[in-house]
Amino acid sequence: MMLARALLRRHSVLPGFDLALGFAVLYVSLIVLVPLSAAFLKTFTLTWPQFVDAVTSPRVMASYRLTFGASFAAALLNAVFGLLVAWVLVRYRFPGQRLVDALVDLPFALPTAVAGIALTAIYAKNGWIGQWLPFKVSFSPLGVFVALVFIGLPFVVRTVQPVLEDVNRELEEAAATLGANRWQTVSKVVFPIVMPALLTGFALAFARALGEYGSVIFIAGNMPMISEITPLLIITKLEQYDYGGATAIAVVMLVTSFVMLLVINMLQAWARKRQGGV
Amino acid sequence: MSAAKRRSTEEPAWVRRLLIGGALAFLSFFLFVPLATVFYEAFKKGADVYLAAIVEPDALSAVKLTLIAALVSVPLNLVFGIAAAWCIAKFDFRGKSLLLTLIDLPFSVSPVIAGLIYVLVFGLQGWCGEWLRDHDLKIIFAVPGIVLATVFVTFPFVARELIPLMQAQGIEQEEAARVLGASGWQIFWRVTLPNVKWALLYGVILCNARAMGEFGAVSVVSGHIRGQTNTMPLHIEILYNEYQFAAAFAVSSLLAGLALVTLVLKYAVEQRVKASMKVNHEH
Repeated sequence: MMLARALLRRHSVLPGFDLALGFAVLYVSLIVLVPLSAAFLKTFTLTWPQFVDAVTSPRVMASYRLTFGASFAAALLNAVFGLLVAWVLVRYRFPGQRLVDALVDLPFALPTAVAGIALTAIYAKNGWIGQWLPFKVSFSPLGVFVALVFIGLPFVVRTVQPVLEDVNRELEEAAATLGANRWQTVSKVVFPIVMPALLTGFALAFARALGEYGSVIFIAGNMPMISEITPLLIITKLEQYDYGGATAIAVVMLVTSFVMLLVINMLQAWARKRQGGV
Repeated sequence: MSAAKRRSTEEPAWVRRLLIGGALAFLSFFLFVPLATVFYEAFKKGADVYLAAIVEPDALSAVKLTLIAALVSVPLNLVFGIAAAWCIAKFDFRGKSLLLTLIDLPFSVSPVIAGLIYVLVFGLQGWCGEWLRDHDLKIIFAVPGIVLATVFVTFPFVARELIPLMQAQGIEQEEAARVLGASGWQIFWRVTLPNVKWALLYGVILCNARAMGEFGAVSVVSGHIRGQTNTMPLHIEILYNEYQFAAAFAVSSLLAGLALVTLVLKYAVEQRVKASMKVNHEH
């Protein structure tokens, strides 16, 4: 109680600070902090060479390449088409627009396992889309990419959309009055305004894709060295009771996540500053 | 707007049509077709097969476990969200940004790792493993583990919706109530809660959707015991791996239906939140 009061920067007449903070801190500690620290502490049971071995074996390296590569490519495709979707939703009117707008959030609401089996069925050799494609998608690294595009889809749209809505149309009119053609106006006036939000959306989609498991394992085929993602390797090691190895890989993933979190926070601060300035 | 002005600040019709077409094509490949597939595959073999897959005992026990996980994790995270939002939005204290970062943390952790960390704490080789075994308690490969993993992955939802709104609303109304002699609980129930009810509902809806659909984290701690520790997503995986595609999609269609209901509610509540934000800005 005294401790909570001591943290207060300014006296407040409102009650409930001790209770609320006490409960929040206790809950965060029990659910998040203590279990997460278990992962870091567990790695200390390994010697340094054991740790390095566990996180750099060829099979693990192959999984990093696939996970990072497919996540990056998927986030990139989402950046391009997410911007397009946000633009179309904000600037144009077409039949069914509100339905489309609401459905963009589907990947947030649809369980990943359901998305996984649906995408696998469509992109399989005899699937609705797969049968028209000359190359294999389901059960190949390309399938990983498709699943990651699906789960990352809302991030770019939902970060760019509000910024695009707030763009002052008078700026565009001013550019046009000064003789800019439409493409110049969009690329030199509108695009720089949405750029921070676009990058934030890209980073969010990328970060989400790195850890994704449910939708990917159905469509990937999970062949070692070829289409095995890093989270799956953690599970594989766990099933072999190799807790140390599983945790070592998990720690690498966790550190990556923390770095991404930092990057995203910096991007968001930049975006806020930019938006405040416009 | 004159025709000349429109020309200079809008795209020609053919460009507009092309962009709309491109956006819809992209969404079709990655969104609309997958959603339609779930229902198509579920009913492909007829209503009998569909119904049989859903009323089968293992499926029903999976539904039950999914409901239990959601019924425990949503209220817990709701209470936490309110407590965290109350101290973060209404008070100024040291370590606030640290607490905010910690709240966001579960979103950036892979679900697989969320499961793993509980195995490390409660598993047989984990910190509490021996103590739990001696007292005949089971957390990992049992229902409590599934609930814990669900709590972890749905942890930030309510807090994240409440905090920005409550920060924007400030503390003037609460202070006024206090000066007029209201107690803490009275302030909360009569002033704060009515102001944030839509955002609260929004957070609960998202939290519930994730709780019922979580796969990765739950998969690690479940042990996949049929009829006992299988949630609906895990049941789908088993059916799918046994090539019972129609049954897998039938159970999937229930979750897809839930996702659609979630989206509708989300959309409705979003409009309310926007309206309440606007009212607030005008103050």
